[in-house]
Amino acid sequence: MMNYIWVAMVVIAVVAGIITGNVEAVQDSLFTFADSAVEIALGLIGTMAFFCGLMKVMEEAGLCEKMSKALAPLLRWMFPGIPEGHPANSSISLYIASSILGLGNACTPLGIRAMQDLQTLNKTKNVATDAQTMVMAISTGSITILPTTAIAMRSAVQTEGAAEIVGPTILTTLCAAAVCVIMTKLLNKIKIFTYDYNIEKERAAGTLIINEEYIGDDPLEPVSASDDTAGAIEG
Amino acid sequence: MTAVLNAISVYAIPVIVMLIAFYAIIKRVPVYSSFTEGAKEGFETSVMIIPYLVAMLCAIGMLRASGAMDWIVAILDPITSLVGLPGEVLPMGIMRSFSGGGAQGLCADLLETYGTQSQIGRIASVAMGSTETTFYVLAVYFGAVGITNSRQSLLAGLSGDLFSLIMSAIIVNLMWGY
Repeated sequence: MMNYIWVAMVVIAVVAGIITGNVEAVQDSLFTFADSAVEIALGLIGTMAFFCGLMKVMEEAGLCEKMSKALAPLLRWMFPGIPEGHPANSSISLYIASSILGLGNACTPLGIRAMQDLQTLNKTKNVATDAQTMVMAISTGSITILPTTAIAMRSAVQTEGAAEIVGPTILTTLCAAAVCVIMTKLLNKIKIFTYDYNIEKERAAGTLIINEEYIGDDPLEPVSASDDTAGAIEG
Repeated sequence: MTAVLNAISVYAIPVIVMLIAFYAIIKRVPVYSSFTEGAKEGFETSVMIIPYLVAMLCAIGMLRASGAMDWIVAILDPITSLVGLPGEVLPMGIMRSFSGGGAQGLCADLLETYGTQSQIGRIASVAMGSTETTFYVLAVYFGAVGITNSRQSLLAGLSGDLFSLIMSAIIVNLMWGY
């Protein structure tokens, strides 16, 4: 799916650029955005390292365990299939807490951490699991209590009434998050979006990568296609 | 209410960091060495994201510069105007899914032109604050673990975006009686 979307974006951009006479701008953006992608990722290193360090301290102090016990009922419902005591429980709890509090800088590292923890329950390396699509639903829906950026932009123009949009924003963001979560659950019922179907599809295309670090009790049978990964390790 | 929320967002991180550090030292955790050990992983993850982010942002940047956004606006306008969303907000609403910075620019522009307390200004602000940049989030979070098959995530994220745009119009129209 991502293949088609990416190609579609590029093709539409170039064709539209030619038709509207903006090809030069298209070319310029290609290079500017390639640079800014690296800038963003490098800019993330500091906060990412800080919060990963803090997470480690929390883990060793036993705080992560407490946190996930407190949020267990919610997690059971949203993320069935994560075993009790698995580190993903605590990283997801922390992620949800930080995104609700609107701790923008803390959010991304914790979300990434949740994804990484969930990856140990993924039979594959490249197909998202149900739990991972659910983390994504929470991220794209983004429950925000305080829309700081919007308020800052409004007060830059006029301070009076800058925060009047907080109420409607909270209402909208809750509904949007609910739509993301519900859509993720509903679409999962459609065959072409299911985990198993996508594994078979990747396998047929020869692009399936089996996750050797999978800790569950239902690993995938290795296929001959995985031979070249073995070769790469030896090399 | 706003003052309370503002205070939370200013105090939360420093206080939480302090409490965690204090609690950990009481529990006899070697705080400093655990911290640096964890931080190392953070560094690796950030670097891992780069290829995914480059692929995504280049495509988005080209799309933005090409003028194709105007076409998408033309297609969606008849649908969104049904719920009382002014056409002026639509380019910003669509940009919101692709590029946070791009949407911010368009939103600032709308606020300048129409004022913060106009229908357009209010709808734009609510739409700006109520959702995340779906394409960016997808590239970063799935990129960090190397997932390329995101299954229904993009479709679900985009439906959330469209819904939040429609909701912003409905709620603002109801609250301020437009």
